[in-house]
Amino acid sequence: MSEAVLADICVVACADTWHSCGEIMVSPFGSIPALGARIAKATFSPDIVLTDGEAALSYGVQPLTARPSELIRESYVPYKAIFAVVWSGRRHIMMMASQVDKFGNQNISAIGPHDKPKAQLVGVRGAPGNSVNHPTSYWVPDHNTRSFVDHVDVVCGVGNDRAASAGVGATRFHDLRRVISNLGVFDFSGPDGSMAVVSLHPGVSADDVTANTSFEIAGLNGDVAVTRQPTADEQAMIDDLDPKGARLKEVPST
Amino acid sequence: MTESKEVTLEELVGEIESGMTIGIGGWGSRRKPMALVRALLNSDVKNLTVVSYGGPDVGLLVNAGKVAKVICGFVTLDSIALDPLWRAARQQGSVELVEIDEGMFFLGLQAAAWRVPFLPSRAGLGSSVVENTPAFKTITNPYSDGPFAQAGDEDAELVAVPALPLDVAIVHVNVADQIGNGMILAPDPFFDDLFLGAATRRLVTTEQIVAPGTLAEYGPIERATIHRLLTDKIAVTPNGAHFTANEPDYKRDEAFQKLYATSAKDEESWNVFAERFLSGDEAAYQQAVRQWRDEQ
Repeated sequence: MSEAVLADICVVACADTWHSCGEIMVSPFGSIPALGARIAKATFSPDIVLTDGEAALSYGVQPLTARPSELIRESYVPYKAIFAVVWSGRRHIMMMASQVDKFGNQNISAIGPHDKPKAQLVGVRGAPGNSVNHPTSYWVPDHNTRSFVDHVDVVCGVGNDRAASAGVGATRFHDLRRVISNLGVFDFSGPDGSMAVVSLHPGVSADDVTANTSFEIAGLNGDVAVTRQPTADEQAMIDDLDPKGARLKEVPST
Repeated sequence: MTESKEVTLEELVGEIESGMTIGIGGWGSRRKPMALVRALLNSDVKNLTVVSYGGPDVGLLVNAGKVAKVICGFVTLDSIALDPLWRAARQQGSVELVEIDEGMFFLGLQAAAWRVPFLPSRAGLGSSVVENTPAFKTITNPYSDGPFAQAGDEDAELVAVPALPLDVAIVHVNVADQIGNGMILAPDPFFDDLFLGAATRRLVTTEQIVAPGTLAEYGPIERATIHRLLTDKIAVTPNGAHFTANEPDYKRDEAFQKLYATSAKDEESWNVFAERFLSGDEAAYQQAVRQWRDEQ
């Protein structure tokens, strides 16, 4: 079997984030996490619930290109019900991060001073509440020193250091899991809950990561695992679920 | 006989005064009371504080110089991540922003609607939201001991999300009756009931208005969530959420939204857009949109 393209490696890395997660809502942001969630649901985590992007749970596993009219809706979850799920903890979100730091603080609000940003981004959205209520992971399709930063300009999703400072109200259900980028898979098993490498994607070296990260990531000095390839079944599913190749626009192959 | 709450769009906009805090229903580019927003653009009203799950309502009002302050967690067009008028205003530093987590926003409206000063929340803890607005306070769990204490939250600090009372709320529904009951047939009722519940003046626009007691003929009565204890005045504005989505009446007008977003990127093209679509009243807007569509 030939090696998968980088985007497909990233898809299964996202899927593995939800391995054996049980009956929870998975909320993926970005095409690659959206495919990963579908792969997980179709294979090793069949109890995952996904929304239709509007106000319902979507039954089964549907392609990214499915029109709303093609989805089977299994129950009704308007935003009010979504907040109830968020605050119950039965959810694992994978948000994107324009900036993420060593302890997993995430920024999607603005770059530069908050009263007059250099670049306005989407806004804080539900990131503060998500990150202190249920498992949270991040997807960064472009790993570089501007996205993996010393300090984020606006703390939206709360990192391990900031949660600890805010006390038990913040830490009780705070649970940062993974950061997945186009270079590798990371978690927060480093010193004091800092970022550590889990695996690097095929062809990526520790030096590549160091050169593209503004802080030190634990575990890069030893033997580092290589992110796994999709199985043949997974590869076929990815192709079926993303016939237009949205994933290849998110992470182009070099 | 219960008195009719039906008024004209002009009378509705007359309820909104400079300096007020206004809550706008809908979410992003979905079921926004755009006809009333457009009427506001052409009014003398200014210096508003806008509370919104923001979409083009916020972009347009801010760009028109109507807004002193915005309380929101985002301003999005859904299929376009960021409203370009909002982006420009923020990057020029021309509007004050109280940036708030989406869930805190919900709790703030709920607190106002329930007439309590705050509701506790984990959302916000540890984030920049509470630092950027130092007026946000925390509260220590008062049930750290005693018969109601729960293990795990002893002495926990929680955000005391303040009530967000509104001087006026505006929402858009699919069908309403003359005495002020509204039915939302669109997929998500969002927090429109809370916007109205949090407000002193409660204003509704609707695609169509029908006789009292007949709403059940237009959809499941469970969808008539905007009951008349939540409303003061109501006006018919067909296609009044355009260009945002208001299913099942109409989907988002993606082509027109793209025109809006593209035009908003520079002053010259924005002036052309504004002159063509926003210089007249609501009837002129709808006519201009029909004409534009015919040209496509």
